[in-house]
Amino acid sequence: MRSICGNIVDMSSLQSTTDEVLRLAAEHFKVPREQLTPDDDFFKKLGINSLQALDLLTRIEHHFHIELPDYELQGVSDFRTLAERIQLRL
Amino acid sequence: MKTFPGKALSWRVEDGAIELTLDYPPCNEIGLAMLAELEQFVSALSSLRTEAHALIISSARSEGFCAGGDLRELFRLSQQVTGAKRLSGLRDFIERIHAVMNALDEAPFTTIAAVNGLTFGGGFELALTCDLIIADKMARFCFPELRLGLIPGFGGIPRLKRDLGNGVVRDLVLTGRSINAAKAQTAGIVSQVTAEGDALRVARQTAAQLKKFDRNTALAAKRFIKPIPYDELRREIEIFCELFMRPAVEKGLRKFVESKDALPYLP
Repeated sequence: MRSICGNIVDMSSLQSTTDEVLRLAAEHFKVPREQLTPDDDFFKKLGINSLQALDLLTRIEHHFHIELPDYELQGVSDFRTLAERIQLRL
Repeated sequence: MKTFPGKALSWRVEDGAIELTLDYPPCNEIGLAMLAELEQFVSALSSLRTEAHALIISSARSEGFCAGGDLRELFRLSQQVTGAKRLSGLRDFIERIHAVMNALDEAPFTTIAAVNGLTFGGGFELALTCDLIIADKMARFCFPELRLGLIPGFGGIPRLKRDLGNGVVRDLVLTGRSINAAKAQTAGIVSQVTAEGDALRVARQTAAQLKKFDRNTALAAKRFIKPIPYDELRREIEIFCELFMRPAVEKGLRKFVESKDALPYLP
């Protein structure tokens, strides 16, 4: 267990969410999955801008059946933190 | 004019439906070029009326339906003049946009926005003039104007208020967050959500269904269901122009223009 923004999060489900995010990003932006790690800056590693990041956000919302307001992602640029924000909405 | 191949948009009549296609890189931003051709389109509406029973507005750009006003052009033009001239230039542009949006809103047939990808600011406002919005599931809607120190200025708030509960309007305008097509459908903005890349096909099918009904009855229903909120639209122009003249807006626009990112005002 780990505390994220004051919420207790199960580490194994966070790991699985992180894996899913990495898989989605690799698939959509056509990057080999093995080249992505949780601590990567997704803007730099995927070579994307904010428009493409919004596209990723929409895919994440569909995939996890969640609503994730973009202001909750302010300052988020690595996959691990992105997965943590998703986990809080699951 | 049955067909029109413009620089920012084109239109043609297909199976009794007018298809207006926006195609102006990067994402159909509404500046002087797009506005001039939209004006040409609305002046052709009365002659197109005899040939068509429906209008479909869509985008040829994979990035989205329309990213809104051309902020880079707006900033550049506003820097060329100061004070009263800046205000009168802005007011002239906004009045022209409102005239186009009002003409589309009251078009004498059923109108459908087939939207994909980015449907932001002025693009969202353009979609809201239509009677139906059919959205690709990857479409995303947003009013980011508050992040620039402005309010939506192309008729967005009065039209959104016409369609939705005030709580949803406040959420979208005051937080400036973007929502996906499924959320927009739940909120009552979007009538149908389609598979990725399928919005135009579904819009065409919907237009074919509309052909079955008496056009005068459909028009009477439309006018009854969807009155145009003229008073609020006038008030919006005043608020927008007043806000635009503040230094905070110039600062926000400068930041936008100097950034190389596609959507620098977003997180």
